[in-house]
Amino acid sequence: MTSRSPILAIRDLSVAFRTGKQDVTVVRNVSIDVMPGQTVAVVGESGSGKSTTAAAINRLLPDGGRVTGGQVLFEGRDLAGVSEREMTAIRGPGIALVPQDPMSNLNPLMRIGDQVGEALEVHGVASGRAARERVTELLDMVGIPDPARRINQYPHEFSGGMRQRVLIAMGLACRPKLLIADEPTSALDVTVQRRILDRLAELTADMGTAVFLITHDLALAAERADVVAVMYQGEIVETGPAAELLTAPAHDYTRRLLRAVPSLSSARLTDPPQATDPSVRQADPPRDAGPSQDASPPPVLRAEPTRDTEPTRETRDAEPTRQTRDAGQTPPAGAAREADDLVVIEDLRKVFPIRGSTAEVTAVDAVSFGIPRGRTVSIVGESGSGKSTTANLLLGLDDVTSGRIRFDGADVTSLGRRELFAFRRRVQPVFQNPYASLDPRYTVAKSIAEPLRVHRVGTAATRRKAVAELLDQVSLPASTAERLPHELSGGQRQRVAIARALALSPELVVLDEAVSALDVLVQAQILELLAALQRELGLSYLFISHDLAVVRMISHSVHVMRHGRIVESGTASEIFDRPSHDYTRELLAAIPGTAQRA
Amino acid sequence: MFRVLARNRAIRRVAGMIGTLFGVAVFVFVMLRAIPGDQITAGLGTEAAALTPAQLAALERYYGLDQSLFTQFFSWLGNLFTGNLGFSARSQQSVLDMTLQSLPVTFELAVLSIVLALLLGVPLGMLAASRTNSPRDAVGQLVSLGGLSIPAFLLATTLLSVFAASFGFNPNGQGFASLLEDPLLNLQQMFLPALVLGFGIAAPILRTTRTAVLDVRSGDFVRTARAKGVPPGRLQVRHVLRNALVPILTMTGLQFGYLLGGAVVVEQIFSVPGVGRQVLLGIQQKEYAVVQSTVLVIALSFVLVNLLTDLLYRVVDPRVRS
Repeated sequence: MTSRSPILAIRDLSVAFRTGKQDVTVVRNVSIDVMPGQTVAVVGESGSGKSTTAAAINRLLPDGGRVTGGQVLFEGRDLAGVSEREMTAIRGPGIALVPQDPMSNLNPLMRIGDQVGEALEVHGVASGRAARERVTELLDMVGIPDPARRINQYPHEFSGGMRQRVLIAMGLACRPKLLIADEPTSALDVTVQRRILDRLAELTADMGTAVFLITHDLALAAERADVVAVMYQGEIVETGPAAELLTAPAHDYTRRLLRAVPSLSSARLTDPPQATDPSVRQADPPRDAGPSQDASPPPVLRAEPTRDTEPTRETRDAEPTRQTRDAGQTPPAGAAREADDLVVIEDLRKVFPIRGSTAEVTAVDAVSFGIPRGRTVSIVGESGSGKSTTANLLLGLDDVTSGRIRFDGADVTSLGRRELFAFRRRVQPVFQNPYASLDPRYTVAKSIAEPLRVHRVGTAATRRKAVAELLDQVSLPASTAERLPHELSGGQRQRVAIARALALSPELVVLDEAVSALDVLVQAQILELLAALQRELGLSYLFISHDLAVVRMISHSVHVMRHGRIVESGTASEIFDRPSHDYTRELLAAIPGTAQRA
Repeated sequence: MFRVLARNRAIRRVAGMIGTLFGVAVFVFVMLRAIPGDQITAGLGTEAAALTPAQLAALERYYGLDQSLFTQFFSWLGNLFTGNLGFSARSQQSVLDMTLQSLPVTFELAVLSIVLALLLGVPLGMLAASRTNSPRDAVGQLVSLGGLSIPAFLLATTLLSVFAASFGFNPNGQGFASLLEDPLLNLQQMFLPALVLGFGIAAPILRTTRTAVLDVRSGDFVRTARAKGVPPGRLQVRHVLRNALVPILTMTGLQFGYLLGGAVVVEQIFSVPGVGRQVLLGIQQKEYAVVQSTVLVIALSFVLVNLLTDLLYRVVDPRVRS
């Protein structure tokens, strides 16, 4: 780079956490230089030590954490030797922070203006009316409309994106020399993320602020940073200019990470649609068969309703493909298959009352689509688009306001308790958070067998056998059965959740952001598992996600939702290669890395 | 129409309060009559057995005991609305007058106890939370353990005998002075009972404070505040304590409501003429109207304190306001 000295120099930094009686080193011999005005990104999966590294810079390590070796030099000064009082003075004008979660990082009881103003006051930059004026300017600068009014509001009156802008305003209030941005936008919708990152880049460029960007998103890092450092298990495995790192990764882990990142050029995991898809307005022959795709669909059998009478995998494969038609093979040309769809949703509408008033909000409005058997139908949209509400309506977890949901020919919107119980056996959900969706006190075996117990399927012995088979199906070792959820990783838990969903041999699995909480490598594995299970068991999926790249990988047909309505429908290739609606184009353009690949 | 009313939060709240009070009224009414004996046997003792049936009937008619329970209940309830809370034969006073004297006394005692409890509990709780598993945490835990496990009657009698025997200080030995007549003596008389009650209540407040402070302190926004350079003192008050206030307020409100029920034992030991003693004497004399009306007044104060607590939430937490 230049001959200037770095504003931040991390030298051989090691950080350990005390758990019980022993130290666990989570950051090992990390060295990074940040030049004035430069943006350096640290990329890694959860638990890689990237956030801990960031916390060690401004000495805000969580309880139990301490620096065990190395130095953090800020403007040439070793911060370890700085008194707490001096450190307090450095935080803000010297090193500022934009934290990750906009929902939990603002004091809920303090007005927005006071919180931003506090950053100015404690450093003596401005106070009273001058501070207020400066805060209004700052909020205006980060793109908050009507700042003079909003400065008197509280955090709960702001949306997630607006709160993140407030946090940026707070971080930049004292024109810091270095800004630590710890996953500054990962909690936000893609279109919002893009706008906020653009604004952040402009502002830091104006102020000459160097940025230390922490992210799990390699594409985002490459797009936004001058230098990218890849972190893995507490160590930096590779550092280099962003462009170089993407095109010629030197380390094996970087290569794996790059391959796993879902992008609009990732290989498709599902068979491309082979005929007119009834759930799609117009369809044309697929053009983008993924390279690894099997040309002929494998033989598929719809699973029997009860597991204890279910054939083993060997017999399954041996049996003739009784219902192959359902599983996505080419139907007779031109045949209208709509009546044959597993799920047909017509003119669905859901209205929620707003608490404490007589007003109402329409969450789902005039939504119609079908789910053919053995196919994956996806709904993409940002938060508040109504995609999860649609999923909940289909699962029978919420009552529809109007419209019809037909499942296998029968209307399920007006089922009695008994019928609903029977219906639920055929439709199973997998939710987003693999930490919250498993009972922490149930062993894996107990969790997986629970649907069988509830529906009184089989005996204790057959259920045990079923659990073993299911674990095998989701590629978990049999020893997992006796584990508790906290002993498993996020990916393993999500496999358990999928096994539980499969326990009753459902025909439809509703996957509501089922891979969104997972690291990219794990995400890729789970997506492959889902695609394999679909081929093997002939499952139909309703896949709900905000992540277009993931949707593209797994879907046969895609519906884009916004404000409760479907704005565009099509096959995966139609939507992603030839989007016709402006909103779809905006969504696609917001995916990090799109600019470079386009 | 009814739906709109049912959605209105204030109306629902008032309906809930009325329901609670009615429930309390029925409960006290039934419980009192479940205790063996009545006002006649309580007044005459064993001589009640010597009454002729005619005399007994006359007395029952006098006290209204010959009426059906239904009539008794609703005539009492009806009278309440006209401001007639009943009459105490023992003290030759209307229950309204008695309560007007005893309630302010209990209220004063409750306020003093809460103030002492907060002064003791909140700082100690913050101190204990400032470094967990340290000597200062141990001090906090010890105080709260003491507050929870030392019975009020033991602490009260110990304090009373120590102060009276060793220092000759026993303001409660004289007749009770009201706050308006002789504030100095009144405060002296109130000090020990308030201390005893406050010590007991400081324990849950201390624990609540400690837990709440620990909880808030680990919050993301506290780290963010530190990252923008907020010094420790300001951080503790503006960010940590302010947010910990909601659970502390809840606990304080509950304890205050409980104190308004009259700390019977402590009032008895220190001869404080509060509502607790009034109910106790009423039960001993089987003066149904005294007990029923006083308990209802206590329940009403409890409900009002709860309402006040909820209104205070709105002051403390802007999220509740919207």
